[in-house]
Amino acid sequence: MSFDMALILDSIPKMLMGIGLTLQLLFLSAALGLALAIILLLMRISGRWYLAAPTMAYIYIFRGTPILVQIFIIYYGLPQLEFVRDSIFWPILREPFGCAILALTLNTAAYVSEILRGGVLGVDRGLKEAGAALGLRAPHRFIYITTPIAIRLALPAYSNDVISLMKSTALASTITLLDMTGIARTIVAETYAPYEIFISLMAIYLILTWMIQRSFGWVEKRMSRHVREEV
Amino acid sequence: MDSSNPVDIIHLENVNKFFGTFQALKNINLTVRKGERVVVCGPSGSCKSTLIRCINRLEEHNSGTITVNGHELTDDVKNIDAVRREVGMVFQDFNLFPHMTVVKNLMLAPKLVRKASRSEAYETAMRYLERVKIPEQADKYPSQLSGGQQQRVAIARALCMNPMVMLFDEPTSALDPEMIAEVLDVMTDLAREGMTMICVTHEMGFARSVADNVVFMDEGEIVEMNPPREFFDNPKSERTRLFLSQVLSY
Repeated sequence: MSFDMALILDSIPKMLMGIGLTLQLLFLSAALGLALAIILLLMRISGRWYLAAPTMAYIYIFRGTPILVQIFIIYYGLPQLEFVRDSIFWPILREPFGCAILALTLNTAAYVSEILRGGVLGVDRGLKEAGAALGLRAPHRFIYITTPIAIRLALPAYSNDVISLMKSTALASTITLLDMTGIARTIVAETYAPYEIFISLMAIYLILTWMIQRSFGWVEKRMSRHVREEV
Repeated sequence: MDSSNPVDIIHLENVNKFFGTFQALKNINLTVRKGERVVVCGPSGSCKSTLIRCINRLEEHNSGTITVNGHELTDDVKNIDAVRREVGMVFQDFNLFPHMTVVKNLMLAPKLVRKASRSEAYETAMRYLERVKIPEQADKYPSQLSGGQQQRVAIARALCMNPMVMLFDEPTSALDPEMIAEVLDVMTDLAREGMTMICVTHEMGFARSVADNVVFMDEGEIVEMNPPREFFDNPKSERTRLFLSQVLSY
């Protein structure tokens, strides 16, 4: 089998036209997912069963089922329901883009809230006691002691989740969106050259992954200044 | 140096504390007057730490009453807050906030709890850092300091809240031997200035020279409480004698 270099050079710029959509899916659902994850986390650690129990069910469902199935349910399933069509969210849910964002957000939030919880649980009890002994009330202890330390603890696992989310955006192509993967599939359908096209596509994703890793590496380094010995 | 002041600051009456079915504190009665220095000693597992951790409600007692400067410790958050405002604590493991510089560690509680302004909090912080003789470390992170320096920062941090009482929970037990003296020096200075303190420690030399009263605990009970001379030279109970012979044997 010959490797068509010209085809690769020709198709990479075409696929890159979808990078904007890929990045939109990534950044929007990462931001919304993080916000939702924080709400879920606070509910989960509230100590009140009627807040914690629904959260645990939510996390179990969204971590326990394939994201592709979740996307299908939201895209094909929700429009069947009349109250969804009548709701103010219909303009968003009518569009495949809105459905993809919703699915990715709901899915990543389940993972991220567990990652954050790991960070919160990892904070040394002695530090919280020191805060209490100084007279800090629970909300202040959470904001000034637990949160900053938990973020540092959670960061490596969180960066993994962002990479995983970035790869999941490719699934948006299954509901007609022309992100990079969507464009690649269109080109393959026209050229019958899956090998060249998909390998080029992989290369683009690898570069994105590399950039995400580098960014988080930089943030982690900055945030752990306090454990580096300075000369 | 006025140990003659008769005002009771801390008062424990028939205090019992359970961890599950294990009884950690058995019928504790203890009164500490203003300016009094009390050293609590005893074998490990005698629940000395539990005793002082009950005084600022890091542990909850199950029965009996604990009163600190007129505030009785109950489930009422207001009372707990009031007590914690009066009581400073120093831990075995320092427990400095690792993500904050030394001076920020000292400024946090005055700003949040006492509503001090930034500059007030900074001034107070630097004053106490000078008192523990490490103002030059103000902008470093705790991990860049030696153990002895960290513990002195922790003492300064507690002092910034201007407490009436200081609790020390084995403040030198995590330190290398050469650093114990610098921490004990700071504590001795505090005692000489009239700070009321309860100190759980194995430093018998410190107890002898600084304490007004030495409490010996064993298996959750106060076995004996006496001024140091009496305590060390003429221990009343067999258990105290055995303990002293073990810790003072070399």
